[in-house]
Amino acid sequence: MALVNRRQEGLIKGIALVVSVFTMLLTIPLLRGFNKGTAELQFVEKYEWIKSWNIQYYLGIDGISILMVLLSALTAILCVLISWNTVKDKVKEFFIALVLVEGAMIGVFCSMDLFLFYIFWEAMLIPMYLIVGVWGGSNRIYAAIKFFLYTLVGSVLMLIGLIILYVHGNTFELTKLMTLQIPYNLQLLLFWLFFAAFAVKVPMFPVHTWLPDAHTEAPTAGSVVLAAILIKMGAYGFLRFSLPLFPQASLALTPAMLTLSAIAIVYGGLICMVQSDFKRLIAYSSVSHMGFVTLGIFSLNMNGVEGGLLQMVNHGVVTGALFLCIGIVYDRTHTRQITDYGGLASVMPIYSAFFIVFTFASIGLPGTNGFIGEFLIILGGFAKSPLAAIVSCSGIIIGAIYMLWLYQRVFFTEINEKIKGLKDVNALEIAILLPLLVLVFWIGVYPETFISMINTSVTALIDRVHGRAVRDSLTMSEAIKNLSHLSNLK
Amino acid sequence: MQETSFLYIPLLPLIAFVLNILLGKRVFKERSHWIAIAGVAASFVLALLTLKEVLNGRVVNFDLYTWLSSGDLKVSVGFLIDPLTAVMLIVVTTVSLLVHIYSIGYMHEDDGYYRFFSYLSLFTFFMLMLVMSNNFLQLYFGWEAVGLCSYFLIGFWYEKRSAAVAAKKAFVVNRFGDFGFGLGVILIFLTFGSLHYNTVFRGLASAVGQTVNILGIHTDLLTVIALLLFCGAAGKSAQLPLHVWLPDAMEGPTPVSALIHAATMVTAGVFMVARTNPIFNASPTAMTVVALVGGLTALFAATIALVQNDIKRVIAYSTVSQLGYMFMACGVGAYAAGIFHLYTHAFFKALLFLGAGSVMHAMQGQLDIQKMGGLKKHMPITFWTMFVASLSISGIPGLAGFFSKDEILFRTISSHNPAGIIVWLLGTAAALLTAFYSFRVVFLTFYGNFRGDAEVGKHLHESPNTMTLPLIVLGVGAVAAGFVGIPHVLGGHDNFAVFLSSVVGHPTGEGSVAKEWAVMILSVIISLTGIGSAYFMYIVRPDLPKKISVSFSAVHRVLFNKYYVDELYDIVIVKGFYWISNNILNKVVEKTVIEGVVNGVPSIVNWIGQRLRFLQSGIVFHYSTIMAAGLLVMALYVLFSIWKTL
Repeated sequence: MALVNRRQEGLIKGIALVVSVFTMLLTIPLLRGFNKGTAELQFVEKYEWIKSWNIQYYLGIDGISILMVLLSALTAILCVLISWNTVKDKVKEFFIALVLVEGAMIGVFCSMDLFLFYIFWEAMLIPMYLIVGVWGGSNRIYAAIKFFLYTLVGSVLMLIGLIILYVHGNTFELTKLMTLQIPYNLQLLLFWLFFAAFAVKVPMFPVHTWLPDAHTEAPTAGSVVLAAILIKMGAYGFLRFSLPLFPQASLALTPAMLTLSAIAIVYGGLICMVQSDFKRLIAYSSVSHMGFVTLGIFSLNMNGVEGGLLQMVNHGVVTGALFLCIGIVYDRTHTRQITDYGGLASVMPIYSAFFIVFTFASIGLPGTNGFIGEFLIILGGFAKSPLAAIVSCSGIIIGAIYMLWLYQRVFFTEINEKIKGLKDVNALEIAILLPLLVLVFWIGVYPETFISMINTSVTALIDRVHGRAVRDSLTMSEAIKNLSHLSNLK
Repeated sequence: MQETSFLYIPLLPLIAFVLNILLGKRVFKERSHWIAIAGVAASFVLALLTLKEVLNGRVVNFDLYTWLSSGDLKVSVGFLIDPLTAVMLIVVTTVSLLVHIYSIGYMHEDDGYYRFFSYLSLFTFFMLMLVMSNNFLQLYFGWEAVGLCSYFLIGFWYEKRSAAVAAKKAFVVNRFGDFGFGLGVILIFLTFGSLHYNTVFRGLASAVGQTVNILGIHTDLLTVIALLLFCGAAGKSAQLPLHVWLPDAMEGPTPVSALIHAATMVTAGVFMVARTNPIFNASPTAMTVVALVGGLTALFAATIALVQNDIKRVIAYSTVSQLGYMFMACGVGAYAAGIFHLYTHAFFKALLFLGAGSVMHAMQGQLDIQKMGGLKKHMPITFWTMFVASLSISGIPGLAGFFSKDEILFRTISSHNPAGIIVWLLGTAAALLTAFYSFRVVFLTFYGNFRGDAEVGKHLHESPNTMTLPLIVLGVGAVAAGFVGIPHVLGGHDNFAVFLSSVVGHPTGEGSVAKEWAVMILSVIISLTGIGSAYFMYIVRPDLPKKISVSFSAVHRVLFNKYYVDELYDIVIVKGFYWISNNILNKVVEKTVIEGVVNGVPSIVNWIGQRLRFLQSGIVFHYSTIMAAGLLVMALYVLFSIWKTL
């Protein structure tokens, strides 16, 4: 694409579409060949990369990552399509950035070598930074820099953790690192270092404040990638690295993690209530929903983790769809203020029907995907900590309040003068929203298709966390010995 | 009947919904009702066939497919057809069918005609899924989904702000109840390892006596579960303190009020308590709570209904009150009596609403009964059917409402539960008020002189056949529906209770025949007193109500403003939470504390950087001075070290 003349916008868009559709097609054999019965890595590709440091180009997929890979591929297509007519400035650069983002995000979900993972993790940042900073809204520069610095601080701490791990195990290969016996105190330190990166990405309370700015200022495709994929990388990081590599630390820190999750759910929801900006409200709802994801993950039981993993997909589908919807209407009105709307249901009925489905999915109505995820998470959370689950459960009330209030103000009541005569969604826009609508009901009515894919890997993960923790339970003297071991490292 | 043909009962309305919502606007248009009616009529016929099978002793428990499986959790989409389900199927499909037919006339020429019928079909589907479920999760699914339809239908005329607000309020208040229901379902799974009714009820014995630690207090596990479930029931069935949404729900079209907010959806709470009766039976505390909440709600709502002028709101508070009766019955273990009242109430209350709709139709949307009067001669069918319904709800012997209400009052007073007598008193007092407010509406609407706009008065007319036919059918129901449950003392066989006994058991408590007669006679006297005083106040001395309301103005104001519960909730919950979110969380925590730190760090770095800049002044003299100073310090350090080793 870089070689194409910038005037040939159609060609550039076409290439971007072909690339993303081709990627999607490539996931079909992945889906068909995927063996649900094993927790082992599948479709492994492994090459030497930097021999002297023992770094490999090592890719693979298992139940933890397969859904995220599929979601990334789907999201990429939708993002290309939604930007087709809406991005008019620096078209070439935009689509290049978009395709780079897609590559990096799929890379993140497939990397089994920590160094490679880190490369993809950081590589995603640059095009994303540009998408927000160049094609964003009025306050885009602030939002982009904030996003970049926030995530960079987290990533640097993870890099330190990575180096410590490398020194300890002399490899970056995840499967080899998992066989290491990492002393408890070192686990704790590493957990916090990795936590810094993952928590910022998720984002967990209180390091979430980059998200509303970035999501709101980003162009539609950017918001969708951020909401659907980028913030899932944090949750994925916990599942892929933190839990299996530092099981004892994960178990020990569960109370802290559950507390932060419960706070995020309620706090994020309450903040949503007072937003006057349409897009910002949805952005803050991500804080609340991702609170559910981390609550599920740190329940450290089958229901919770499966619910969390499923909720990652659900949130990607639903919030992605809501951002697409907002983009569709923003493109017509160029305003994000809720008070500029009203009575949209009469003006754009088909659009309103789509929006109400995604609204109720976001609220977690049974029959939609949101319910399945939240139910499993609260079930798992309750088994671990009833208090955290009860507090989080109030999040579903708050969710109903802010979403329905939003819907009322935007779609109901009398038609606002400013939106009179808007055209309803066109065929392209329906085509973009329809796959997400199908997923909402598919996961809601027959989640078995998806749960069966992740089941075996999650079982293995849970066994690992608990098994290791029991076997390695430490006495006080051993813990002290480990402390000295840690100081030797320096 | 085929093995799985009952699956079509919910499926047909679903198909009707899909067809209407996709094609209604362009293809069916003003013929949309045909699809919807065909669907629900077929369901009705199948429900009758199902009832026949169940009467012959057949019970079906059938899993369609595994809905959700994760870890130990395995829940199916499954169906349980037993006597309780059969009764509910009849109630739901009958009222739904009649309301569908009625809506042809009532919704005629509305812009959203196809939309209205789509929602009705969708509601019918979810309601049927709810009552046919064989597990708690599917019950919850139907439960929330009927709430969704209720949201759509209350907000059907969404351009009206009040309708949009009422729709949201209904959903959110129900969510408060479902918060408890959801946690109850989770506790059930964690206790019994399953969500299927059969497995749970079979495992109950092992859970008796277990305690659960709630914030340091050991509480009986089954009591907690039962109360959490009841939390959901109280939300859906508009019991204290979650009753506030139902009167506002009257913003929806009147057929919706009849179907959803009188006959079917709001009774789901009673159905749920009856369905899960083994859990409630295991917890006397929970039973007492259910009975007391029911009794208090019955009286509380009846007092409000006394002074309201909006015809639909009077009936709405009446519904809240009657639902209270059903919970009274459940609370004293007489589930069959509760379901019996649910079933008779469906007829006379749906009739009252549809009658009110017919009145509104003639009055061109006027709802204020003070502006009506003398409609009797203009709309005889509406008058007579509403008159019968009012007699029925007041408990005049021989009519449906008499048998079910009398059964409830008798069961409460003869119950072993110490609260039984209190509940009976509450119920009897509410019965007096019920008779009074019901006939207040009848007299103000149909008797005397017309008090409304002269222009409206000229066009008073009876409603079209599609509307009066359902009124007549329901009128027959309001008279005759009670005959299936005539008690033994009146020479009947109490067939209804016998039919349900395999599901809900027999009520505990002993009551002599003499007591039963006494209760019956007393309640007849009371209802006649209520009707009589309404007659005296609104026909004989029409000046009296005004005088009373003036001399008891404080009481009147409190009742008229519904005890100010809405205002209280608005200040404490709605405004309170908004204030906290806006001023404390958003402005202080988010913007000042967190963002302060986030934006503060770069500022500090910047500040330090600014200071450090002075070190790189670019002047050689500065650098050499610093170098010299450094050398000096190092030299001193070396000298010091050497001196120390000496």
